[in-house]
Amino acid sequence: MIHSLRPLAALLMLAVAASAQAQEAVRQFGPADTSASLILRTTTDIAAFAPTVEAFLETRPGLSLRYEQWGSNELFARSARDCAGGIQGADIVISSGVHQIVKLVNDNCGATWVSSQTRAQPASLRWRDQVWGISREPAVMVYNRDLVFASEVPRTRFDLLDLLRPDNSRFAGRVATYDIKRSGLGFLFAYMDSQEATTFGALMEAFARSGAVATCCSAEIIAGVARGDYLIAYNVLGSYAAESAAADPSLGIVAPEDYTLILSRAAFLPGAAPNPEAGAFLDFILSTEGELSMVGSQLVMSPANAIGIDENAGEMTHQRLIHLGPQLLVAMDHMKADRFLALWQQAFSGGER
Amino acid sequence: MVEEGRAAPGLSLSSRLVIGLTGLLAVGGLVLSLAAFAYGRSAARQAFDRLLVGAANDIAASITIMDGAPVIDLPVSAFELLALARDDRIAYQVSGPGGSVLTGYDDLPRLPAGASDTALYDAAFGGEPARFIQVTRRFAERNFSGQVQVIVGQTLRARTELAFDITRDALLALAVGGLAMLGFAVFVVHRALRPLDRLAREIAARDPRDLTRINASVPREVDTIVQAMNGFIGRLDHQFQTMKRLISDTAHQIRTPVAALRAQADLAIQEDDAVQRARIVETFHGGTVRLSRLLDQILSRALVIHRGDAARRALIDLRDIALDLFEEGDHRHIAPESEIRLGLSDAPVEVMADALSLTEAAKNLLANAVAHGRAPIIIGADRADGMARLWVQDGGEGPPAHVRQEQGRRFASGGAQRSVGLGISIAQAVAEAYGGRLEMENLSEGGFRVTILLPAEEAA
Repeated sequence: MIHSLRPLAALLMLAVAASAQAQEAVRQFGPADTSASLILRTTTDIAAFAPTVEAFLETRPGLSLRYEQWGSNELFARSARDCAGGIQGADIVISSGVHQIVKLVNDNCGATWVSSQTRAQPASLRWRDQVWGISREPAVMVYNRDLVFASEVPRTRFDLLDLLRPDNSRFAGRVATYDIKRSGLGFLFAYMDSQEATTFGALMEAFARSGAVATCCSAEIIAGVARGDYLIAYNVLGSYAAESAAADPSLGIVAPEDYTLILSRAAFLPGAAPNPEAGAFLDFILSTEGELSMVGSQLVMSPANAIGIDENAGEMTHQRLIHLGPQLLVAMDHMKADRFLALWQQAFSGGER
Repeated sequence: MVEEGRAAPGLSLSSRLVIGLTGLLAVGGLVLSLAAFAYGRSAARQAFDRLLVGAANDIAASITIMDGAPVIDLPVSAFELLALARDDRIAYQVSGPGGSVLTGYDDLPRLPAGASDTALYDAAFGGEPARFIQVTRRFAERNFSGQVQVIVGQTLRARTELAFDITRDALLALAVGGLAMLGFAVFVVHRALRPLDRLAREIAARDPRDLTRINASVPREVDTIVQAMNGFIGRLDHQFQTMKRLISDTAHQIRTPVAALRAQADLAIQEDDAVQRARIVETFHGGTVRLSRLLDQILSRALVIHRGDAARRALIDLRDIALDLFEEGDHRHIAPESEIRLGLSDAPVEVMADALSLTEAAKNLLANAVAHGRAPIIIGADRADGMARLWVQDGGEGPPAHVRQEQGRRFASGGAQRSVGLGISIAQAVAEAYGGRLEMENLSEGGFRVTILLPAEEAA
């Protein structure tokens, strides 16, 4: 069924692609002349996820995969449009904007897939057998080792507040975080912070007063810290931070000890019926083998491989896994989001460039 | 060959019981499963409707008025409540005056205006059946007046699953209970029927000649069968004894006259003198006539005895027996010269007995009187002291004392008196067969009377 629909879907995609060329990068995996091909749309950097994709394709000769890297908001908008129009745009979608994927599934946009691998997932990382959490990535603080004294390194959010409190703080205007308007993941982290603790209000106030910077994308933020533009980056995805830190020893990483949010990227199979190859890919990702390859690329964090993350990062008691479930719909409520963004806007209006 | 013609045994009681109980359980089970399903569905509906009510009220409570417009700070707790139905999709909508959607899904089914402030209804959500609640909250603020409606809906997976679980558990309990009942019933029937098996074994093990009563301790219900069988065995035994007696009597009584006849036939063959031979033949003839009469009596006695056991009793007026006998007039051939009269009472003399047997008895008594008694001979029937009496009287002295003493013995010895005794014995057998007795008396005014006394039936 899905295969027979593929040419039509491809045509439609071409038509749409002209107007909305929103993917950031595309790479073709597997041999060129294969009978079957999968389309993966994800917010994950190609470099980070490529080993997993390649490991999967090794088990499936005759299958190729088109890897499209998207921004989380664009990916959500595109998937919602495909769903409303009944278009099979992608075979599998993996996004760090977990709340957005939950919303898509709540709108009946996902296909059901049940296997021993999906069944083995904990209940908090599985909803309706239509969306699954595949990775474990902490939200961390990144700092520049050369510019921040070891005694200054914030271990908790309270430490960060203390650093920003003095009127003449040298951290003023040199703390960066995601622009939550542009990044679905940034929004999710900020939203989860607001749910998690009262420190969020104080943090917003401190960010506003000290003129913190909100900007886009993990890579830019981390590069800014490495360059010394920013001293500290708040709520950066640990997987990217760890990879950068491995290359640049000047980068230090802290998993906040008051609590550390753990993101599990959400995967779902768009459409009414699943593409069995996409299901097989999902099963591979959830299998021990798939998980091992993701451990290698820091997408699955464990105490053993938390390279570059300061001590205590692996302590389970501080970890707050973002559960998959309908309660994330609240983050998608537009009135709630509007108010949240307005509040955020207010805080960063001075700092935004 | 013994089995031939035997009725095929019906279904065993256990099978009947099992079939009956299975039917009962099947029908009951069907009714109960429908009831269980209805109960499960309503229980699931109630449970999850409460979640909806809680969530909707939670959301309604989060509405505040800011700058003249309703503002909803969607509470996570409401969604956590709804998430208790793990796999169900959630629909929600908050709309202000005029139905303008403030937040949530744009196109949810609504109830018509005028519905109560909290109303539950069924509708579809994204192509899936769902349950909805609509809660209306009214505001009367300085700068905002009107109502805000909260609609919360949820698909039905958890409800269906719970209803199914409840039904399945109920059916499981029902099936286990049913099987236990069935097993117990079979066990009980098996135990209850054990006395019957025992009875059957006891009868099968009996000696064929053993016609004693069955003496087994059995439950009351089976005891009626045993009683009936005992009655049957009793009758069988009686018949058997009678036959034995008849055969031995007959052999005994026939042997002597036949031997005498044979002796006379021998004499006749050896006798050359024609005159002498003619005399012997005459004697021989007399012997055969007596033998023939003896045989008649023996057969009549056998008949009487047989009928006493087997014939159905009827209401009989003894006067009719006497009258019939008188009018039949057999005695006129035997003794044409004898004078016979009737002596009947005016009132009916009714007994429960067999007419043929009584006639036979009376005929024998009359024959005795005609053969051995003297005129006048009277046949009579009347009642005295609650007993019905049928009697034959003559003017003679009656039989000699030794014949009377042998009354009740099955046979009498010696020539002519033998038939007297036999006739009396027949009459006595009949009297006893119908619960009465035989009486012989010499009348004070002269004459001899033999009376059959039977318990009288009160005339209705």
